[in-house]
Amino acid sequence: MNLTVRESLIAFRRAPLLSALSVTTIAFSLFVVGLFGLVAVNLQHALQDVAERVEIVAYLLPGTPIESITLAEKDIEAFPEVQSAAYVSEDSALARAHAELVEFRDVLQELERNPLPASIEVKLKPRFRDVDHVNEVADRLRGFGFVDDVRFGRDWVEKLDRLRGIAAAVGLVVGAAFAVVAIIIIGTTIRMAVLQRSREIAIMRLVGATNGFIRRPFLLQGAIKGMLGGLVAIGLSYGAYTLINRWLIQAAFFSKEQAVAIVGFGTLIGLFGSAASVGRHLRRV
Amino acid sequence: MIKFTNVFKAFPKGGLALKDVSFHIAKGEFVFLTGHSGAGKSTVLKLIYAEEPVTSGEVRVSGFNAAELRPRDVPMLRRRLGIVFQDFRLLEDRTADENVAFALEVTGARRSSIPARVMRVLTQVGLAAKAQAYPRELSGGEQQRVAIARALVNEPTVLLADEPTGNLDERATRGVFQLLRDINASGTAVVMATHDLDLVRQAPYRVIELQEGALVYDSAVDEPREAASP
Ligand SMILES: Nc1ncnc2c1ncn2[C@@H]1O[C@H](COP(=O)(O)OP(=O)(O)OP(=O)(O)O)[C@@H](O)[C@H]1O
Ligand SMILES: [Mg+2]
Repeated sequence: MNLTVRESLIAFRRAPLLSALSVTTIAFSLFVVGLFGLVAVNLQHALQDVAERVEIVAYLLPGTPIESITLAEKDIEAFPEVQSAAYVSEDSALARAHAELVEFRDVLQELERNPLPASIEVKLKPRFRDVDHVNEVADRLRGFGFVDDVRFGRDWVEKLDRLRGIAAAVGLVVGAAFAVVAIIIIGTTIRMAVLQRSREIAIMRLVGATNGFIRRPFLLQGAIKGMLGGLVAIGLSYGAYTLINRWLIQAAFFSKEQAVAIVGFGTLIGLFGSAASVGRHLRRV
Repeated sequence: MIKFTNVFKAFPKGGLALKDVSFHIAKGEFVFLTGHSGAGKSTVLKLIYAEEPVTSGEVRVSGFNAAELRPRDVPMLRRRLGIVFQDFRLLEDRTADENVAFALEVTGARRSSIPARVMRVLTQVGLAAKAQAYPRELSGGEQQRVAIARALVNEPTVLLADEPTGNLDERATRGVFQLLRDINASGTAVVMATHDLDLVRQAPYRVIELQEGALVYDSAVDEPREAASP
């Protein structure tokens, strides 16, 4: 194993230009994947912010006794989809209107009677904020006898669903395309490395080296190149992120897990790319 | 130990390289393989070290049957053989002792045992003083000695040599040939392909002569005669 590590490091020293070239090409293709990833991450954040606002409001019939409301609140909070259920009395609805609708303050002031109904505001857990679940919970809310009407932004929720679908599809397609490009690039550079060392490989076979033994340094070398490419890509993405943040918009960067995933992905690409080209070479000779 | 029985070898492009070749080489023998260029000498050696598959007939080498050889058996077979070529086939970016050590490392020898074994064979071929030299710093004869040391370091039962003196001048040729004789004297069988008939005449060893892929003379079987025709 020690020998494998040494052999693969020697390869870097022997062909520094080729190694640097493959690391940079891998880095750039992963960087493009990373940029799309950043867009996806930020889109996801934006969608989450919007999704935060997905709320179902159940308006209550006037004169509903507070005991039934408290009980219902408990029941609703026990729904598996529900994150929170909050009772808003007529008075607090009015107070809120006062605070939020500054322009109508005078109108509100002049009212003799509070026209606003009491309500229960229901917020769903993040993973249930889609059309189907919202509809289901709304139906269940209508089942309460003292619920007058149930409202939620149907259009909003549907648009959100569609946006999510598009974001996921685009991310997947672009990511897969660039992953394929990166695999081909790594495969090619490893093939060049293999050809460059075909004399050495022939001698190894002559003195009785097994295919596995010959393959291992190349695999390790490919994995190291992929990993370095991933690290450089993260660095480039961070640069891009800093620029965007300073000049354009407040954006989010990858989480630690996502960064690790990118580097891991680079490593895997390196491994597969080199496995493919070494395997082909060994079979041919 | 090496046994060819009615061996034919055809290359995908090109005709029959070997036609109905049979011979048996015993442990510790020294055998010359002679014949004109293109007669099939290298092909015989390639069949022995499983570089090429046999077309028909049987090739047995130190317990391995070439026809039943699985890909992963090939390295095991080669570890029992030492192989040297006319063009030495050394790694240019490694010193003499690293070239020899390479053959041990590749076969998974114990790390701690390597330096001593390398020095022993380099001493045996008379190159201990140049252990740290790179191939470009060595003469042809010296490079061939390094190659022979590399072939010997795994303690093979047979040394295969394909025109080992083909690139050497007369003095270096004599030196390398004497080294092969010494190696044979210590018990290793040697199969040497050559067209240097002077060498063949010099030594009292068995001669197998090929002509256009057919075995036309084997001094172990046929009547003795003046050495192979030029
Ligand atoms: N890989 C190959 N593909 C096709 N034909 C081949 C191949 N290798 C050898 N041959 C043919 O097989 C025949 C024997 O070749 P071989 O190399 O064994 O000759 P040789 O006796 O070693 O010659 P030399 O003294 O020139 O080295 C030749 O006719 C050659 O053209
Ligand atoms: Mg030949």
